[in-house]
Amino acid sequence: MLQTPSQTVGPYFAYGLTPKQYGYDFKNLTTNILESVLEGKEIITIKGKIFDGENKVIPDAMIELWQNDGEHNFFGRFGTGSESDSHFAFQTIKPNSVDGQAPFVTLIVFMRGQLIHSYTRFYFSDETELNKQDLVLNSVPAERQNTIIAQKKDSCYEFNIYMQGENETVFFEV
Amino acid sequence: MIESNDSLLDIEVQPSKLDIGYTSTILRSPTKPMILLKKSIAERTGPLFHDFNLGILDHDLTKNSVRNGEPIGERIVVHGTVRNEIGEPIPNTILEIWQANAAGRYVHKVDQHNAPLDPNFLGTGRCRTDEHGNYKFYTIKPGAYPWGNHHNAWRPNHIHFSLFGNQIISRLVTQMYFPGDPLLEYDPIYKAVKAKGRELLISKFDLDITEPNYALGYRFDIVLRGSQATPFENR
Repeated sequence: MLQTPSQTVGPYFAYGLTPKQYGYDFKNLTTNILESVLEGKEIITIKGKIFDGENKVIPDAMIELWQNDGEHNFFGRFGTGSESDSHFAFQTIKPNSVDGQAPFVTLIVFMRGQLIHSYTRFYFSDETELNKQDLVLNSVPAERQNTIIAQKKDSCYEFNIYMQGENETVFFEV
Repeated sequence: MIESNDSLLDIEVQPSKLDIGYTSTILRSPTKPMILLKKSIAERTGPLFHDFNLGILDHDLTKNSVRNGEPIGERIVVHGTVRNEIGEPIPNTILEIWQANAAGRYVHKVDQHNAPLDPNFLGTGRCRTDEHGNYKFYTIKPGAYPWGNHHNAWRPNHIHFSLFGNQIISRLVTQMYFPGDPLLEYDPIYKAVKAKGRELLISKFDLDITEPNYALGYRFDIVLRGSQATPFENR
């Protein structure tokens, strides 16, 4: 059967997909705080912004986060329209390494101006050894690998997403 | 690298990332080649929401935010079946829906179209497919509205859908349109879909599910990418 075609999420998704975050009276399916049920695991924060082809910050995108290392799985969602500087942020735990591969987290990017969502993933800058031998990272041209490594800064990991340009983030065909 | 039962996006029906008719794709669509990913457990699975309790009125947008009366507009019931690419129904999967009201106005604060809000209509809801992959929800037929893409641009009547399926690759966000809408042929978002796929986005009027003296029925069947009808087991 033919796949139902994708259409853009548009600019007005917030009251349907991220209602609580934007102050609408409708229950959320999920949030950006994903760690609450786990004790004894280090909580990490991922923070970033999304930039368009003119390097302008995008204030009307939605990011979904998915991680599954076989032990824990989490799904989160956050729009870039509620914070004054249009950043997104998630609290979660760092996934385990599976089969010797470097830990990573999948992100899906939706926005007005995207007819179909984009899949990316980020690795962790403090996993140098595992990153070096990771099959997926090594399938990415060397000069682009840094675009999918979240940088550890003080209390969080920073991961900015560039839709276009010299530093365009690596997006995956999954 | 790709297993035989994996499927990729069908480029014969799916829109291209860049479509100059839809001007905001120009600065927002990726331009570099996608990297083909060897699937790991993270791609074979996805959120299932089995523990998420739907509210009893989540599937009825005509009732789920009533304040002082019924929402204005033409009441409709939308139903359909969610399947995978080999035609198997996908049971127990969540659909999220959102839309403009009958006057063509979204509740979203960014929408400044000069049309009235309806105090009794939020315009969002959820439902879940049953064991046969069928879903159903009630709503008000959304109105058309103007947008800034080009001179005199109007979006055809549509309802936004968000679905998960059983894998992260089956994730779908789309829009359902209505039969016979004269705005479709002028709409760059609809027309960004390849000709072979466009009909798939238009619901069909369905007298069989039309409820006498209550609501007009429309059928909108959905096919998610992939061939996995049931969730992949972690272990």
